Amino acid sequence: MTGETPPSVPGPRAGDADVPGRQAPLIRMTNGGLRYGDRILWKGLDLDVRPGEFWAVLGPNGSGKSSLVQALLGRRPLTFGSLRVLGADPRRAARHIGYVPQQGTAPAHDVVRARELVGYGLDGHRFGLRLGLRGRGAATRHRIDAVLEAVGASAYANAPLGTLSGGERQRVRIGQALATDPRVLLCDEPTLSLDLHHQRAVTELIDRRRRDHGTAVVFVTHEINPVLDLVDQVLYLAPHGHRIGPPEEVLTSRSLSALYGSRVDVLRVRGRIVVVGAHDQQPVHHPGPDAEHARETDGARP
Amino acid sequence: MMTAAGTWQQIFDFQDYGALLGLVRNSLIVGGVLGLVGGLTGVFVVLRDLPFAVHGISELSFAGASAALLLGVNVVAGSIAGSLVAALAIGALGARARDRNSAIGVLMPFGLGLGVLFLALYKGRSANKFGLLTGQIVAIDDPRTGWMLAVSALVLVVLAAIWRPLTFASADPQVAEARGLPVRGLSVAFMLVLGLAIALSVQVVGALLVLSLVVTPAAAASRVTGSPVLLPLLSVLFAVLATEGGILLALGSSVPISPYVTTISFLFYAVCRLIGARRARHRRTAPAVPGVGGEVVRA
Repeated sequence: MTGETPPSVPGPRAGDADVPGRQAPLIRMTNGGLRYGDRILWKGLDLDVRPGEFWAVLGPNGSGKSSLVQALLGRRPLTFGSLRVLGADPRRAARHIGYVPQQGTAPAHDVVRARELVGYGLDGHRFGLRLGLRGRGAATRHRIDAVLEAVGASAYANAPLGTLSGGERQRVRIGQALATDPRVLLCDEPTLSLDLHHQRAVTELIDRRRRDHGTAVVFVTHEINPVLDLVDQVLYLAPHGHRIGPPEEVLTSRSLSALYGSRVDVLRVRGRIVVVGAHDQQPVHHPGPDAEHARETDGARP
Repeated sequence: MMTAAGTWQQIFDFQDYGALLGLVRNSLIVGGVLGLVGGLTGVFVVLRDLPFAVHGISELSFAGASAALLLGVNVVAGSIAGSLVAALAIGALGARARDRNSAIGVLMPFGLGLGVLFLALYKGRSANKFGLLTGQIVAIDDPRTGWMLAVSALVLVVLAAIWRPLTFASADPQVAEARGLPVRGLSVAFMLVLGLAIALSVQVVGALLVLSLVVTPAAAASRVTGSPVLLPLLSVLFAVLATEGGILLALGSSVPISPYVTTISFLFYAVCRLIGARRARHRRTAPAVPGVGGEVVRA
């Protein structure tokens, strides 16, 4: 664990305007950095994600957004700096984090029913058999029903995942992530290739969760507009550094031009943000596990 | 007509059936246990989309068994060795489906070729050779029964231990990994279990027909249920009925056991597929929400 430094106690630190009454951060990254071979994805990252906050992570392909998610899940140790999730090593916290991946299918989805996916969120990690002809105990079954109800997926609870639409599947995925009552929700482009209506439905589920339960949300996305009115903080990862702040500060022509090192125009049209220049550039090619990932997602984007 | 009846007579002869049953006691026990092993591993073969891998592993298992036959050592041990090598190679060579399939396509003829070479060099009874490809369970001796039961027990214990996380990792690898499950380790563990199950099945139905025991029953069950309890139960039931039915039918006939096993399991699949298709049609015509869109307007 390269990222392991002496345990950092959540609390005030230099330069951090810790307003009294603000809750301790659920995720705290201090001077974090990640390197693949001789290429540095990002460095000097300071994050304090507090309960109930909605963070959007933006940036072009290959800027390390998915790697950041992997780091937060403890799947990839930081090269520099330190990271505490729920006050502990991220690998130990992983089980208490809700994770919503990009929508996708597996061969098993022809067979596996929606309610099973939610069930995995509850007990799928346990080794050994559960005995009994009805499978899970009554308490677990009720919990699964309640979760499916909460995300509006009861109607297709017993349908194989493969027969659901992308939007329906993502509802079930959010149910799976919420089944364990997580304090942090990590969403890696959960609305990718969904139509506007379903994007809205999925983001509303996530928003309701953080408002009702104070769950912190880290939401990786390519498209800020569907979540623009929900976002508290934006982390923009780019080839020439990164920027953190409220959307109206980060998403400006000046700040993005600096991040890309070229002219980028940010226009505000009827409450939406249009970025001209930034996405025209080719995705940065780099070796490493993320390269394949970036290629895969390229095709799905207009 | 005469010839048809004659052929029938030639295939089936149920005289002295009772006396014969005593002789195949071992086979019946092994057949039942193999049904259990094949039915359960098959569930994951279906979930993980591995039927082609099963075929590839069984060819190397055949090569191992024929090498053992040639060298005059334990045939079950030989086929297990071949299976495990193949399972590990396939697991290591291809993590992604596309890589995996070409790796199997490369390994399979290589294994079959080796097997043919060993059998060509073997000077013993030719029935032994044919049996490895197409099956022979009738008259399994006591030591061989012991071997097979012990390996089956090992497979069942490991499967029981990793059942839930393996299901999670098979159906939802990304989230399973995010939750800290050793997805890769589980995959390797399953390939080893699968290798053992295939080596055992080769003893019954032969290398060419292993799929009928390790894939068909689970594929049939998956057509009619997605329940995590019913799916393995049905799969095991189909596999056990196919092996035991095959043994009992083969006993009164001159044909080897494998055509019975393959035909019975194929019939289960055909019926389940029909039931599944009918249900899917029902689902599509039924209104998603009661009372909305349920009325059909006729012109």
